Amino acid sequence: MATLNLLVLVCFLYVAFLFTIAFGADRAARRGRGTWLRSPVVYTLSLSIYCTAWTFYGAVGFAARSGLEFVTIYLGPTLVMIGWWWTLRKMVRVGRSQRITSVADLISSRYGKSNLLAVFVTVLAVVGTTPYIALQLQSVTLSFAAFAANEPSGTDLPNQQSIALWVALGLALFTILFGTRNLDANERHHGVVMAIAIEAVVKLFALLAVGVFVVWGLAGGVNDTLARIDASPIAAWEVSGSRWVGLTMLSAAAFLCLPRMFQVMVVENEDEGHLRTASWAFPAYLMLMSLFVLPIAAVGLDVLPEGANPDLFVLTLPLQDGRDGLAILSFIGGFSSATSMVIVAAIALSTMVSNHVVMPVWLWITGGSAVMSGDVRNVALLARRTSIAGIVLLGYLYFHVSGGGTALAAIGLVSFAGVAQFLPALMGGLYWRAANRTGALAGLGVGFVVWLYCLFLPSFGPSPVMPQAVIDHGLFGLHWLRPQALFGAEGMDPLIHAVMWSISLNTIVFITVSIISFPRPVERLQGAQFVNVFEHSGSPPGWTGGLAQSEDLLIMSQRIIGGPQAQALFAAAAQRQGLAGYLPEPSPEFLQEMERELSGSVGAATAHAMISQIVGGASVSVEDLMAVADETAQIMEYSSRLEAKTEEQERTARQLREANQKLTQLSVQKDAFLSQISHELRTPMTSIRAFSEILRDTQGLKTAEKSKYAAIIHDETVRLTRLLDDLLDLSVLENGQVVLNSQTGRLGPLLDRAIAAAGVDAETFRIERDRQAEDVMLTTDLDRLAQVFINLISNARKYCDSPSQVLTIAPKRQKDRLLIDFIDNGSGIPTDHQSMVFEKFSRIGETKAGGAGLGLAICREIMARLGGDITYLPGQSGAAFRVTLPQPFADTTPPVSA
Amino acid sequence: MSRERGPVFLERRTYRRRRMSDAARLMPILGAALFGLPLLWGMAGPPTSTKRVMFYVFSIWFVLTVLTAVISRYLRQEKQDTSDTGEW
Repeated sequence: MATLNLLVLVCFLYVAFLFTIAFGADRAARRGRGTWLRSPVVYTLSLSIYCTAWTFYGAVGFAARSGLEFVTIYLGPTLVMIGWWWTLRKMVRVGRSQRITSVADLISSRYGKSNLLAVFVTVLAVVGTTPYIALQLQSVTLSFAAFAANEPSGTDLPNQQSIALWVALGLALFTILFGTRNLDANERHHGVVMAIAIEAVVKLFALLAVGVFVVWGLAGGVNDTLARIDASPIAAWEVSGSRWVGLTMLSAAAFLCLPRMFQVMVVENEDEGHLRTASWAFPAYLMLMSLFVLPIAAVGLDVLPEGANPDLFVLTLPLQDGRDGLAILSFIGGFSSATSMVIVAAIALSTMVSNHVVMPVWLWITGGSAVMSGDVRNVALLARRTSIAGIVLLGYLYFHVSGGGTALAAIGLVSFAGVAQFLPALMGGLYWRAANRTGALAGLGVGFVVWLYCLFLPSFGPSPVMPQAVIDHGLFGLHWLRPQALFGAEGMDPLIHAVMWSISLNTIVFITVSIISFPRPVERLQGAQFVNVFEHSGSPPGWTGGLAQSEDLLIMSQRIIGGPQAQALFAAAAQRQGLAGYLPEPSPEFLQEMERELSGSVGAATAHAMISQIVGGASVSVEDLMAVADETAQIMEYSSRLEAKTEEQERTARQLREANQKLTQLSVQKDAFLSQISHELRTPMTSIRAFSEILRDTQGLKTAEKSKYAAIIHDETVRLTRLLDDLLDLSVLENGQVVLNSQTGRLGPLLDRAIAAAGVDAETFRIERDRQAEDVMLTTDLDRLAQVFINLISNARKYCDSPSQVLTIAPKRQKDRLLIDFIDNGSGIPTDHQSMVFEKFSRIGETKAGGAGLGLAICREIMARLGGDITYLPGQSGAAFRVTLPQPFADTTPPVSA
Repeated sequence: MSRERGPVFLERRTYRRRRMSDAARLMPILGAALFGLPLLWGMAGPPTSTKRVMFYVFSIWFVLTVLTAVISRYLRQEKQDTSDTGEW
C-alpha cells in the first residue's frame, strides 16, 4: 500500500507542480516577461500532445502485437513535419492571417463562413474525440490498477470508475482555469502551453528512462536486447504493405486534422519561424519516443508471464523488477501524456462547440439581436467553460458506459480515421480555389457516414445498432453493403478498408460536387484569400459600411472582447481615420478589422453574423460586390488604367496652363517691344522732320547752317538705318534663322580685327592684352564672334567714364571652355541694372553715343547660337563682361593660366 | 571591389534559398519513398528480420531529421521570400 500511497502523493505533487507552472507562465506572459515562453522549443514540445497515453503505453502494446508496424503512427507526422514547406506553413499562415480559432473555424471560414459546415465539423470532431478522451482516462485507471495489483497486500483496490471521475474532474478544473482565462481563443494560452511543454519533457524522459533500464538493466545491453528481439514472436518483418502505407497516411492525415493538433500547431502558434525549428525537432522527438519501444516490447514478451497486458509493459517491467521509483516515473510519464491530451482536446473542442453551436443558438434564442441582449462576453466565456466540463465529462461517461474494455483500445485508430475525414475539405480549401461549401458538406457527409458504417459502429462488435446480420450480410441484406467488405472489397484489413473507402469516397464526392455546383461570392472571395495567402495577405474589403451605427458596434464588441480592448480598438481606428474620440466611421476596413477581432473570440461565422445584424442589409450588397471579387485582377487593371488616364489628362492640363502663361507673357513682351520700338524710331524721325522742315521753310540760311542741318539729318538716318539693321539682325538671331559659318582661326588676330573695326583711337583708349593667352585656336563662327567683340569694345569706349580709358582683355582656359573677360576701368554698371543690360533697348544713364540699346541683346543671342554665353561679371574694377565659349581644346596648345 | 560583389552575393543567397525551398518540398517525397522501401525486402525468400528493418527505419529517420534541420536553416528569412511572391 505504501507504493500506492506514494504514487497518489507524487501524483498530487505533480499536478500541483503543473498548476504552479501554468500559473507562473500565465502571469509572466501577462506582465510581458517570459520571452522564453515564445521560444520555438516550447512550440515544438507542445506539439508532443500528439503522443498521448495511447502512444505512451499503447505503442509498446502495438509493437508486442504486430512488431515494427507501430512506427507508422510516428512516421506519418514525421513526413508531415519534414514536408512543412508544403502544408503546415500555409495552414499556419492562413490561421494567423484569418484569426482562425479551430479546425472547424478554418473549414467554415474557408467555405464562406458557413456555420452549417462548422457545426458539422464540430459534431464530427466531438464524436471522434470523445472516445479518445475516454481512452486517456482508461489508461490512467489501468496504470493505477497495475500498481495496485503489484501490491503484496492486494487490499483496497480503489474503484476504477472513481479514479477516472477524479481525474476527469481535475482535468476539467485545470482546463477551465487556464484554458479560458481570456476569451480570445486566438490569444495564446501560455499557461497551458507551458504545462504541456513540461509534460512533453517528462514523458520523453520517462520513456527513455524505462528504455535504458530495459536495455541495460533487464537485458544485458544492446546485443542481448537485439538477440531477444530476434527470439521474440515479432522477429520477422511481416508487415502488410497496405497497412504500412495506409497507417502512415492515416496518421499523417490525423496529424493535420486532429482538433488538438490544430490547436497547438496553428492556433497557439506565436511565430511562423517556430515551424522551421519544429520541422526537424519534432521528428527528432518522435524518433526518441519510439526508439525503445521495440526493445521494451521484446523484453516484456520475454520476461513477463504469458497473458500480461502488453499495453502496460512500460509500467509492469520496472514494477516486476522492484524498481518502484522508475515505475512511478513511468506512471507520471503516462499520466502526463493522458492529461495534456485531454486538456488541449477539451480546449479545442470547447472553442468549437461554444463558437459554432452554443453562440449561434444563443443568438437565435435572444431574438437575433446582439445589441439588445446582455453581456455576450460572459455568455461566451460561460459557454466555453461549460463546453470544457461537458466534453471531459462526456469522455468520462463514454468510459463509464463502455466499461473500459479492450474495445476502447482499438478506438485510437478509429478516431484517427474519423478526423481524417476533414482532410479533403481542408486540403481542397487550401489549394483549390474552386472547392466550395456544397462540395465540402457533401464530401464530409459521405465520409462521415462511411466511417460510421464501416469502422466506428463495427468496432464495438455486434450491437443493437450494428447487429451481426448486417456485418455478415450487409445493410438490408444487400451483399455489397457489408460494412467490412464494401462493394465487394473482401479480405482487406477492416481499418484500411474503412479508411480507403471513406477517404476516397469523401474526396470523389467533394471534388465532383464542387465542380458541378456554384460557389457563393463569399466562398469565392475566401477561397482566393486562402489559396493565395502568400500573395495577398491583406484582404479586399468585405463590408460596405455606412448603415452601421458605430455606437451599436462599440456596445456589441465591448460585450464580446471586453470594454478596454474594444475601446482601444475603436479609438485606434478613429485615430487612423483622423477622428477624435471612440467612434470611427464604419468604413469597410474598420468593419473587417472588427470582424476579425471578434472572430478571434466567437469564431468567424458568428462574428460575421453579428456584424451583419448591425450593419444590416449592407451585407447583401456586399455579396453582390464580391461577385466581382473573382475578377479583382481585371478591376484593378481597369482602375489602374483609369488612374493612368487621369494622370495623363492632368499632365496635359498642366502643359496647357504653362503654354497659356507663356503666350500671355509673350503678348506682354510684344506690346512692350512695339511701344519701345516706336519710341526709338520716333526720336530720330522727329529730328529728321524738324531739320528738314527748317531747311524747307526757312529762307536765307547760311551754307554752313544748311550743311550742319543736313549733316544732322544724315546722322539721324544713319542711326535709323543702324537701328533697323540691328532689329533685323536680332530678329534673325532670335528666330534661329541665322546660318552659322564655322571657321578656324586664332583668337589674337580676331581681337586685332575687332579692335580695328571698333575704330578705337589708341591715344585716348588703351587696350591691355595678353598675347600669350590669346594664342588659342578657335573653331566657331569667327565673324559673329568678332561682332560680339566689336560691340563690347565699342561699348567700353562709349560708356567708360574714366578720364584715361583702359580696357583689359583677358582670355582664360577653363576645362573645355574659353573665357574672355572684357574689363574697363570705369565705374561699372550699378547692381540694380546689371540684370537689365542684356535686355533690348536697355540703356544705362545718358546716351552719349546714341546707341539703340540692342547691342548687348544681339551679343547674347549670338553667344547663345554659338553654344556659349555672355554674362556681366560683377565685382571687378569697372564694367566687366565675360564671354564664355565652348571649345574642345586640343593638347597642342599649352594651357594658359590667368 | 567588395562593393561590386555585394549584389552578386545577395543574388546567390536568394538563389540558394529558392533551391532550399525546392529541397524542403522534396523532403516528404524522399521520406515516403525511403520509408516505403522495406516493403520490397524479402519478397522472395524468407522475410527480413525486424531488427534489420528497425535499424534501417531509424537510420533514415535520423538522416531525414538532420537534412530537414540543415535545409530549414537556409529558409530563415521568411520575409524576403519571393519564391511564393509576396510576404505578409
